[in-house]
Amino acid sequence: MYDLIIIGAGPAGLSAAIYASRARLNAIVIEQNYVNGGQIIDTYEIDNYPGLPGLSGMDLAMKMAEHAEKLGVETVNGFVQSLDLTGPVKKVITDEATYEAKAVIIASGATHSKLGVEGENQYGGMGVSYCATCDGAFYRGKDVLVVGGGDVAVEDAIFLARGCNKVYVCHRRDELRAAKILQENLLSLPNVEMVWNSNLKSITGGMKVENATVVNKFDKSERTIPVSGVFIAVGITPRSEFARNHVAMDEKGYIIADKTGATNVPGVFAAGDVRTKQLRQVVTAVADGANAVTSAEKYLLTL
Amino acid sequence: MVNRFDESNFDAEVLQSDLPVFVDFYADWCGPCKMMSPVIDKLAEEYEGKIKVGKVNVDECGDLAQKYGIMSIPNMIFFKNGQPVDRVVGAIPKPAMKDKFEKNI
Repeated sequence: MYDLIIIGAGPAGLSAAIYASRARLNAIVIEQNYVNGGQIIDTYEIDNYPGLPGLSGMDLAMKMAEHAEKLGVETVNGFVQSLDLTGPVKKVITDEATYEAKAVIIASGATHSKLGVEGENQYGGMGVSYCATCDGAFYRGKDVLVVGGGDVAVEDAIFLARGCNKVYVCHRRDELRAAKILQENLLSLPNVEMVWNSNLKSITGGMKVENATVVNKFDKSERTIPVSGVFIAVGITPRSEFARNHVAMDEKGYIIADKTGATNVPGVFAAGDVRTKQLRQVVTAVADGANAVTSAEKYLLTL
Repeated sequence: MVNRFDESNFDAEVLQSDLPVFVDFYADWCGPCKMMSPVIDKLAEEYEGKIKVGKVNVDECGDLAQKYGIMSIPNMIFFKNGQPVDRVVGAIPKPAMKDKFEKNI
C-alpha cells in the first residue's frame, strides 16, 4: 500500500510528485496519457511562467516530467475508472489495476469544452478543431474562425494568423477576457478580424467545413463567413467523472476543495484545474500540487 | 510491429492488404500524436496477425493526407479492402482505442 496516490501528471500532479518525493512519501502517480504534462502539451508557448519566458508547453511539460523522474517518482499508466474512498484505505481503480493508499490527491485536470452547435460533431476532424497547434498547419493560406475570448482562444488566433490568410475571432461579448498583452498582440495583426457580440450558430459545408454562421446577440442579424476551419476554444470541462458521487463537486463538476486542498472526504485532496478556484494556470496548478502534499503529510500524521 | 507507410508503398501495403489496416496520420510537432504513439505500439503488438498497423507522417506525405481529408491529427483510419471504414480523430484513452481495434478486426 502506498502513502499517497496522485491522479494525473499535469503540472499539478507532477508538482505534487516532486514534493511527495522530497517528503519521502511512498507515492505513485497515475496518468492516462503516455506523455506527462496534461493540457500544456497542446500549448504553443507558455509566457507567464516565471523564469521560463517563451518556453513551449511541450518543453515545459518535459522539464517537469524529467524533474519528477530524477527524484525517482513512480509513474504508471492507467485510465482511472472509479474510486473507493469510504474506508481508511483509499482505492483507485484503473482499466488495468487497483491501487491502494492512505491518501489521494486528485489532479486529473480538464479538457476542452464543446460548444454544442450544429455541425460541430459532424465536422470533427473535417474542419472543426480544438487544437490550433496540432491542426493549424492544415489551414495554411486559408481562412479560419476562432470561437472564444479567453487566453487559449486569443493564443490560438495569434498562432493561426501566422500561416492563415485570414483569422476571424468570434466572441460573445465586446471585449476579450484574455490577458491584456495577448489582446494587444492579437489586435495588432493585419489579418485578424474581430466578430464581436456574436455567437456561433452553425457550421456547414459539404464533406468539409465551408461556412460558419454567426448571430449578433443584439440585433439577431446573421452573418455567414466562408471558412475552411473552425477552432473552438470556449473554456474547459473538469475531468472528474470518475470521482462523481465520491467527493463533493460544484454544478460544473469541479471538485470542491478548501485552501489546503482538502475535499469533503478526509485524506482526499484536489489540485490544479479540476478543483474549484479562481485562476486556472500552470503557475497556480503547481502551487496547488505542493500545497496538497503538505496537507496530505499532515493527514498521514494523524493516522 | 508498426510499419511506415508513404506514397511509395501505400497502395501495396494498405489498399491491397488482405488484413484490415490501421493507419495513424501524425506529425512530429503534435503533442496528442506523441501521446497516442505508445498506445499504438502496444496495440500493434497485441493485434499482430489480425490488424496491420502503420503510420503516415503528414509532413512528408502531403498528398496522402489530402487524399484522405486529414485536417486534424492524430487522425487514425481503419482500411478494409482498400476503403476507409472507420476513423478516430484526436487522442483517446487506450481502452476506447482497443474497442475500436476489436470492432475492426
